[in-house]
Amino acid sequence: MNTFAIDNQILDKEETMPRTELQALQLKRLRETVARAMNVPFYKKEFAERGITPDSIQTLSDVRRLPFTTKEDMRSNYPLGLCAVPRTELARIHGSSGTTGMPTFVGYTHQDLKTWARLCARFLVAGGLRPGHTAQIAFGYGLFTGGFGLHYGVEEVGAAVLPVSSGNTTRQVQLMRDLQPDALICTPSYALNIAEVARGMGIDPRTLSLRFAHFGGEMWTEDMRRQIEAEMDLAAFNNYGLSEIIGPGVSGDCAARSGMHIQEDHFLVECLDPESLEPTEDYTYGELVITALTREAMPMIRYRTRDIAALDPCVCECGRTTVRMTRVMGRTDDMLIIRGVNVFPSQIEEALFQVEGTSPHYLVEVNRPDRLDEITVKVELRPEFLSDKMSVMQTLRDSIVRRIQTVAGVHAKVELLAPQTLERSAGKAVRVIDRRNLQG
Amino acid sequence: MKMHQLSMFLENKPGRLSEPCRLLANAGINILTLSVADTQQFGILRLIVPDWEAAKGVLEKAGFVVNVTEVVATEVVDQPGGLATILEIIEEVGLNIEYMYAFTFRCNDKAVIVFRFDNNDIAVTALQAKGISVVGGVELYERARQ
Repeated sequence: MNTFAIDNQILDKEETMPRTELQALQLKRLRETVARAMNVPFYKKEFAERGITPDSIQTLSDVRRLPFTTKEDMRSNYPLGLCAVPRTELARIHGSSGTTGMPTFVGYTHQDLKTWARLCARFLVAGGLRPGHTAQIAFGYGLFTGGFGLHYGVEEVGAAVLPVSSGNTTRQVQLMRDLQPDALICTPSYALNIAEVARGMGIDPRTLSLRFAHFGGEMWTEDMRRQIEAEMDLAAFNNYGLSEIIGPGVSGDCAARSGMHIQEDHFLVECLDPESLEPTEDYTYGELVITALTREAMPMIRYRTRDIAALDPCVCECGRTTVRMTRVMGRTDDMLIIRGVNVFPSQIEEALFQVEGTSPHYLVEVNRPDRLDEITVKVELRPEFLSDKMSVMQTLRDSIVRRIQTVAGVHAKVELLAPQTLERSAGKAVRVIDRRNLQG
Repeated sequence: MKMHQLSMFLENKPGRLSEPCRLLANAGINILTLSVADTQQFGILRLIVPDWEAAKGVLEKAGFVVNVTEVVATEVVDQPGGLATILEIIEEVGLNIEYMYAFTFRCNDKAVIVFRFDNNDIAVTALQAKGISVVGGVELYERARQ
């Protein structure tokens, strides 16, 4: 007896290729990727130093001879220095969802866009979407890859798109009630938000037409999946991707929902110990390092995702032969993802710095008390800004909240502290405490 | 005729209030009256003490940041309408009250109400013109000692 949540369907034959055949395809595509990357000055130089040519890649494990690519490399080649094709060949440009002051851009050729749509279509089909269905997309449409990526994926499936974009939650609910979509596509925390707003409008989300949901863009847990499914009466599917690689479509849940299948015909995924950079054992958490095997516009070699997950090579009951990955359970760097928005402690610091009366002593705490991420910024005030008037203190706190909202794009709870309240550390100050438990 | 008030920013946590009170007690300083304005996360403690300079020194030595502000103390008969009369005068001159708190002495029938107006000087003039007794610090401490 199987444990499928829904009926098990597979879109492409590549998803069920025998491993040896799949690996041969990967090797061929890895060589092609190295050849394409030679057109990028950054890689050309790196390859020359290591004596790497397409022919020098003899086996898949030779990928370990290739250089890493990091976010910093993307920044130092800003904006499109890692493109392997002339600017005129680009069909679209997306950017990182972050608001770090220095965005990173990713170029796509027409073929890249076709590939991407197909990859999204695969996980959408695996998660129940069929021709004739309607999918409501509540991801933001813009530079962020979520909206447009899924949009063309839904079209590729042959289903109808309801492109609502994110926000205006009351309207999201009204559209669900009136247009009766089969699937919801957004971040998991936003789904809970939608459910809450629906109840506030007197609509039980369980009575809505939704049967499937495809979630991505942020870390979430099995507990949250169960909760969303109970609150909305649907089957929720996880997908994973990142703009640097392509966007959503790197991996996704199947009907068995015991790990996300990596689309290995397009991505070569390593799981490395972030310290030693040696491969981790199967089922052991490490940093995902991804090589895009078919990207034309921007071939990405061994991209350090900073995402922590584990790989499961065990054959899945759904019939796919691809390796599965666990949920992302953390990040190697200090970037915080708050309800799908990338937040860096440096941005909080910048915001605090801009409000008169604050000191450079602060602490950022992240919690998930009630399903949604909550960020609390505790900041010590400068002595001369302490007032006997409550209104003055509250105005100060409100202006800090607004500043953080502007600079970092998140709504933070701000706690004012008297001078000399926070623990001082001798070495590097502890600025961030993440109390979210994402291993559930 | 204004008097000095000490104020301190306190986190809303167990023990935060007792610490300054204990410090003053150990220094032999009596608190005439106090008020605490609080939010969920923090509070502002406001104190009237006989020797504000000594109290400030004690608290600062222990690491507290202490603000000194001028407030207006009025004396009214402790009976219905006492406060209403004052508030009407303030209303007439168009002033706002930032905050206020009241206390009584054991030995007489007067209540003392401490005000922080958005303009203390105008308030004092207006109150005195209407015959309201505005008490200065020294006067108040003398009375407290009776």
